[in-house]
Amino acid sequence: MIEFMQSLDWSPLIISLKTGVVATIISFFIGLFAARKVIRLSYKAKAIVDGILTLPMVLPPTVAGFILLLIFSRRRPIGIFLDQQLDIQVVQTWLGCIIAALVISFPLMYRNARAAFEQIDANLVYAGRTLGMKESMIFWRIVVPTAGPGIASGTILTFARAMGEYGATSMLAGNIPGKTGTVSQRIAMVIQDGDYVTAGFWVIIVLLIAFLIIFLVNLITGSKMKNIKRW
Amino acid sequence: MGIDVKIQKKLGDFHLDIAFSSEARRIGILGPSGCGKSMTLKCIAGIEQPDTGKITIDLPGREQTEHRVLYDAAGKVNLKPQKRNVGYMFQNYALFPTMTVEQNIGAGIKGTGQDREGRIREMVQRFHLQGLEKHLPGELSGGQQQRVALARIMAYQPDLIMLDEPFSALDQHLKERLQHEMIAMLEDYEGQVIMVSHSRDEIYRFSEELLVMEHGSLLASGQTQKLFDDPKTKKVAAMTGCKNFSGAKPLDAHRLYLTDWGIEMHLEQEIPEDINCIGYRAHFFEPVWGKRGENCITFNLSGMDDLPFERRYYLRPEEGGNPDTELICWFVQDNERRELNTKPAPDYLKLREDALMLLHE
Repeated sequence: MIEFMQSLDWSPLIISLKTGVVATIISFFIGLFAARKVIRLSYKAKAIVDGILTLPMVLPPTVAGFILLLIFSRRRPIGIFLDQQLDIQVVQTWLGCIIAALVISFPLMYRNARAAFEQIDANLVYAGRTLGMKESMIFWRIVVPTAGPGIASGTILTFARAMGEYGATSMLAGNIPGKTGTVSQRIAMVIQDGDYVTAGFWVIIVLLIAFLIIFLVNLITGSKMKNIKRW
Repeated sequence: MGIDVKIQKKLGDFHLDIAFSSEARRIGILGPSGCGKSMTLKCIAGIEQPDTGKITIDLPGREQTEHRVLYDAAGKVNLKPQKRNVGYMFQNYALFPTMTVEQNIGAGIKGTGQDREGRIREMVQRFHLQGLEKHLPGELSGGQQQRVALARIMAYQPDLIMLDEPFSALDQHLKERLQHEMIAMLEDYEGQVIMVSHSRDEIYRFSEELLVMEHGSLLASGQTQKLFDDPKTKKVAAMTGCKNFSGAKPLDAHRLYLTDWGIEMHLEQEIPEDINCIGYRAHFFEPVWGKRGENCITFNLSGMDDLPFERRYYLRPEEGGNPDTELICWFVQDNERRELNTKPAPDYLKLREDALMLLHE
């Protein structure tokens, strides 16, 4: 057992965790920003914008991966521009891992934040305004803390989704050991090689992390409801 | 000091169209829910935007009065709520749930450091919130929340304060005392205060001037006492709490026929010709036994409710001849009830001229 642990390549866990953390941080801010904008839109504009922002969650990840590949391929305008002008490469790099994870997990952050914002009593915002508070102050000091539990559970789910991303990542970033090889890709790879012991080990790790995440979400959202009578 | 409002706003089927101007320190707006009174306040605060019109306030300055335009559709002025410097107390107080009492009070203070701390301490003292500084709003009683809301507004030093149904979220037994407390706490405030309510008692004890609203428009305005004494129209009288109305026809300068109650009244005062209705408050009837005097109505007892400190009689007028006429309400206080219990039912009810309201519909 000890021998197995010592000989194991731990890089997929590090890569997955790093990807998850970075994608979640970016999702957090863009998600809050998007949610704040969308709730102020008119009924029709909201339906359209919300549809576009939620699309990556509903699409098969391979479809999202294909579209991302079209955008960032070094043989296409945006990819060429990024490569030649800014020296940024997305395809087959860790940046690709992050972008794939970001696109797939972002809707979770956005939707949870939006739902939490919509629950907020508009009078709180009005009160902030009539007290002379700047809009940014109202948002960060009143709206976000009040929407805290919803935003927290959104963040955790975003992290879980970002960490476990497979389909889009494999297409955009590939599975380069030590560079873009995430846990989910490693599992798929070792199973193809018939190495069920290593696969099983990674599966247990993923199960543990997944359970921990759901447990945390329940803890955070449940604390609000602990006074509700059970039936 | 003064406020001048003339605004219009359409919201679906609802049409708000109101104009008033007042220099009174305490202004009340009375009206049923959905009449547009809160909307009017929100337009003044800048939370809602009118379609057209103008809102200005006059502020006493050191040398001359400052004339501040809050909103002017023609001049394309629409100050942000942040720039209007008006205080607004929401029906549910809208305390920030994740901030402590202290932080809530400090939310609108512009200064920093010592100044700010000092002002918060001052407000905590003034509104009797000692010991609650570190509590969250959710841990406070309704009355305490209201005091925090008022402290938060006062700390902001607004030029005008608006109270939107400030007592509707409170338990009945708290209301009475808190209404009194609120008036006392606002005593030191120099600026104008506008309170919106559907409760005539609240409005009556609070306001010097009164606006009565219905369906988005102004029914009447004037000094509160005068409006309660002489509401002029049936609608306004009903809103000030008058329970009894009868159609009326002036017969000559001093005689009036009450069509629903079937009696002819003789009045000392001259009766205006355009009177077609009278109102009579339920507490002002005088019971009469034996000989029928002037201005008395006959009735059949239809029902009776006993309340802890009051008895309410519901009577059908005998002589009106209108089968659809509403029951007459006669309310008697506890001491009078005890007296009535020792006697047979009165034969007549006398209408006092000084309590009679001459109205038109």
